[in-house]
Amino acid sequence: MWTFFHKLGSPPWLYAIAGAILRWLVPITLIALISGTVWGLLFTSPDFRQGNSYRIIYIHVPAAVVALAGYYVMAIAGAISLIWRMKMADVVMKAAAPVGAALTFIALLTGAIWGKPTWGTWWVWDARITSMLILLFLYLGVVALYESFDNKEAAGKACAVLSLVGMVNIPIVYKSVDWWYSLHQPASIKFTGESTIDSSMLYPLLLMIAAFYALFTCCLLMNMRAELLQRESRTQWVKRIADEKGRG
Amino acid sequence: MSPPHTGQFFARVLCRQLLLVMRRPIEMGNPLLFFAMVIVLFPLGLGPAPDKLANFAPGLLWITALLSNLLTSDAVFRSDFDDGSLEQLMLAPQPLFLSSLSYILAHWLTTGFLLALVSPVFALMLNLPISALGTLILSLLLGTAVLSLLGGIGAALTVGLKRGGMLISLLILPFYMPVLIFGAAAVQAAVTGTPPGPYLAILGAMLSLAIALAPLAIATGLRISLDA
Repeated sequence: MWTFFHKLGSPPWLYAIAGAILRWLVPITLIALISGTVWGLLFTSPDFRQGNSYRIIYIHVPAAVVALAGYYVMAIAGAISLIWRMKMADVVMKAAAPVGAALTFIALLTGAIWGKPTWGTWWVWDARITSMLILLFLYLGVVALYESFDNKEAAGKACAVLSLVGMVNIPIVYKSVDWWYSLHQPASIKFTGESTIDSSMLYPLLLMIAAFYALFTCCLLMNMRAELLQRESRTQWVKRIADEKGRG
Repeated sequence: MSPPHTGQFFARVLCRQLLLVMRRPIEMGNPLLFFAMVIVLFPLGLGPAPDKLANFAPGLLWITALLSNLLTSDAVFRSDFDDGSLEQLMLAPQPLFLSSLSYILAHWLTTGFLLALVSPVFALMLNLPISALGTLILSLLLGTAVLSLLGGIGAALTVGLKRGGMLISLLILPFYMPVLIFGAAAVQAAVTGTPPGPYLAILGAMLSLAIALAPLAIATGLRISLDA
């Protein structure tokens, strides 16, 4: 147990294990994404009120769910880095921020595209939409703060504080549709009680949510590997990898 | 000489900060002047029709107060960071979050507090009904204190950076938004005649939470900036 914990602090080990996971995870992610998209777009029946436009749910909901979960990943990594001073937690946090920002942007964009035919407008200042926009700003703030420090160790800690303070926003995003009952509909999938979505639509949606989690993990690991190489660019193990790539 | 106990220490740091501002009164006047000038912009940009201005007045007053607070937040720790006073405070046996809290309190007393007191003048210029003035002052008193505490977090994180000015706005504006929502909503409620109590209560709750947690974040931020 403890050796595993110590190994987590070693950049070459983390680099190698992330590579090994990616070798399996990338094909699985691709298969899940493609089959989920095909299932959702071609083999489910159209909604009785929204027709075919509802199908964007298969991108919109998974992106939004994982965007919020991604913030937790970032903030928890930040807390670990502040409390136990694990430098690798900084790497996780730094890698999570741009992926989370991209997913938040996708959720907002697909929401706008769906909103035009359904609500008749690209954008409304609804509580959930506004709080998702704030989430995007929080992610971008973390990226901007990290980039403006020259000392990357201090940058990691500063971003950790910022992302922990930003955690306040996440429950507000989750609960916004219940607290302010406005245009955005409440969640259709419930873990307790009856879901308000038909099971023929639910299963491809669940597959897509799983696929987006896997996609997030893939992007996170790839970003982490890049960040590790950049941080450790003066060490032997990076030089060895660079030599191998150069010869191969 | 025995070191001052906690309460004395808090009061001494606060007095020092207030004295520093008193010696240069223009620093106290600048945010107010900014507030006045931005208020003048609205009738110029939106047109001087009194009923239209009255419609927007709660939001406009709150946005202006928020911007004025944002612009002054950047400077809270900067000069003491540059001349090394902050490092002395960090070495002091008293906790750093306590001195951070007195910095923020001094900042609020010289910006948000004064601004709340003079806000009725500008509210009347924007044609806000007189019945809403009490709520405006109260919401600004509570709200600007939250803004000062949140701004302090941004200031502490960016104080070591050469170009912190723009960055601090990007970092703390998302946190300012909830305060703006409930502050403006309180004044709006007072204008339309519904009780503003619930909104003020939420602002008060935000203030309690911010007083408890923000000084800790500020102290951590200052340590990071001083180490870098």
